[in-house]
Amino acid sequence: MNDQVAAPQIRSLKDLWTFFRGELEPKGKILTPFNVISVPVILVGLALIVYRFAMGLASITNLSQEFPWGIWIGFDVMTGVAFAGGAYVLTFVVYILRNEKYHPMIRATVLNGFLAYVFYAGALVIDLGRPWNIINPVIGNRFGLSSVLFLVAWHFLLYMMAEFIEISPVFAEWLGLKRLRKILSSLTLGAVIFGIALSTLHQSGLGALFLMAKGKIHPLWYTEFIPVLFFVSSIFAGLSLVIFEGSVSHRVFSHQLDHEHRASHNEILIGLAKGCAGAMFGYFFLKMLVFVHGGYWSYIPTPMGAWYLAEIIGLVLIPCYLFLRGVMYRNLAVIRVAAVLTMIGVIVNRLNYSIIAFKWYVPLPAHYVPHWMEIETTLAVVFAEIWVFRWIVNRMPILRRPPEWVLEEEAYERERKIVRGEVLQRQKVINT
Amino acid sequence: MDRRSFFRSLGTGVLAMAATGLPTRGLRAETVASGSEFLGVLVDTTRCVGCRSCEEACAEAHDLPVPDITDESVFEKKRDTSVTQLTVVNRYTTRKGEVFVKRQCLHCCQPGCVSACLVKAMEKQKEGPVTWDTNCMGCRYCMVSCPFDIPKFEYDSWNPKIVKCNLCWQESVKDGGRPACVEACPEEALLFGTRRELVDEGRRRIYQNEDKYVRHIYGEYEAGGTSWLYLAAVPFEQVGFRTNVGTTAYPWYTAGFLYAVPIVLILWPAFLIGVNQLTRREEKTGREGGAK
Repeated sequence: MNDQVAAPQIRSLKDLWTFFRGELEPKGKILTPFNVISVPVILVGLALIVYRFAMGLASITNLSQEFPWGIWIGFDVMTGVAFAGGAYVLTFVVYILRNEKYHPMIRATVLNGFLAYVFYAGALVIDLGRPWNIINPVIGNRFGLSSVLFLVAWHFLLYMMAEFIEISPVFAEWLGLKRLRKILSSLTLGAVIFGIALSTLHQSGLGALFLMAKGKIHPLWYTEFIPVLFFVSSIFAGLSLVIFEGSVSHRVFSHQLDHEHRASHNEILIGLAKGCAGAMFGYFFLKMLVFVHGGYWSYIPTPMGAWYLAEIIGLVLIPCYLFLRGVMYRNLAVIRVAAVLTMIGVIVNRLNYSIIAFKWYVPLPAHYVPHWMEIETTLAVVFAEIWVFRWIVNRMPILRRPPEWVLEEEAYERERKIVRGEVLQRQKVINT
Repeated sequence: MDRRSFFRSLGTGVLAMAATGLPTRGLRAETVASGSEFLGVLVDTTRCVGCRSCEEACAEAHDLPVPDITDESVFEKKRDTSVTQLTVVNRYTTRKGEVFVKRQCLHCCQPGCVSACLVKAMEKQKEGPVTWDTNCMGCRYCMVSCPFDIPKFEYDSWNPKIVKCNLCWQESVKDGGRPACVEACPEEALLFGTRRELVDEGRRRIYQNEDKYVRHIYGEYEAGGTSWLYLAAVPFEQVGFRTNVGTTAYPWYTAGFLYAVPIVLILWPAFLIGVNQLTRREEKTGREGGAK
């Protein structure tokens, strides 16, 4: 596979069509283990979704009057969005703090974040009882301004746009559209700032949804600080996914990486692990504050207490320690183990709020357990996202270096900035 | 402390401040409701004989399958309202004998479901009833946020509705009538009126018959107050009532977060732009390169 794709010459719609048709063809082997598993899963998932829209939610889910939200909300939306948090954290580090070390990761992370929102928030449509009304809060078929969900819905929509703008220069580079790329690139910083503000609010907003489930969520999890906890945990959820996804991409798309990128990869992962450890410690500390202030000691010797300890020690404190250890001894294997544990911890945490600690007083036969068809459709959504991700990575400069003309343009811009800076400096000297 | 960590801690501080919120202004859910007296029903469970005439009348009024009220076997299990039953009567055996309790939407004064709804499909009419409209998108957040688990969802339909008691708003109350269940009650266990009158009447009954009632009107303060009020001879937790719903109106639990939203949306970008400017200066004054 050639790594450096020449800019396509697109002058007319016909050119675009020819180019696009060429790009639709598969690149690489077709009979890979991933394809063999994912294609049937996606096809069955599609069939189930059609069936669900014809027959109602009860046809393929175990949702009930007691448990209105299942894994489509608890896993797809709650966890999917937390994992997409890597995008706002990394754009903060790279574009706001201007830490260039993490720049090689930024495109893959933002793309992943964008697709996560499209697919996992998109999976929400399957869960909605009356999905044709999804447009109502946008067009103002009544604005439910007092609803946290109204805020979350609008923020999903706006954040998807912001992330699309952040990632859009890639599409322009792919199509070889120089002018468009310049315009889109100039929007990046604005989109980043807007995106971080939106993320802060809807990551915590997802937690705030559960504030009105007071009495239905076990006291060890229910606190007025749920929004803060959701926000802080989205930081390390996102970062641990970046570590995981980066490690996988590094292997799968290895041929696309240039030497420089490959060399800096380990340093980047160690840096991210440091960030994870910090955020996790902060999170653990907050959790302990809530616990001690609430005086919840009496719940500890109960089954839910043991489950709480398993989450907070086994899936927060231990991975936090492993991250620190990995950073100290520069051990990537330990860091990867910590990332996987952290991700499991985030999944468990979000499922606790939406399913497990939600109405914990309802015993098992009546308690919600996902139907296999709900799990199947969820897998189909995850696989579909990976398919689109792979399709884009194989065709556009996500992991590989941007085409030459982009690098030349960037070098020119940089030069101009430096020259301008020096001129300003000199003027200052002259003025004083 | 270097500059970066300073900003980090500053950011955390601002965030924490914003996240705690400033719950000082009134709630939207409340302003919708204020201005007139809510209509409601006082249920005197000591008068109820469990005839289920209310169930029958309710089903007839709402075009739902009419239950066979002569069938006493339904009392063997505790029933919940459902998509075909907006109200059910349950039987409880207590030390003061059999007690029958009618269950339906309590029509909270500041309903959680109304503030939860992102399209205002759930609405608190200014006369008091909480009603549902078809612009609903079926997200079921109202079900999550109802302290009494009242809204029910038609999981078996491709075009599902949220189903719950509407206090016969569309059927008769809007035009000055009374709810079907109240009309049907042969024992005057249900009393229809404004909430203020009902509270007064409930207190009067308790004071005049101190041995008959527990000194508590369920719904007077529960979940911030409800339009349906209950009197009982035994403590309410013994006859199926939730006593863990507190006295705070449910919308207030999310109010703090919502007040923080405009603050974060204003302060956070300003802060980010500031940091971005500071890091830019460094680039200009010579330590360039690196950028890629």
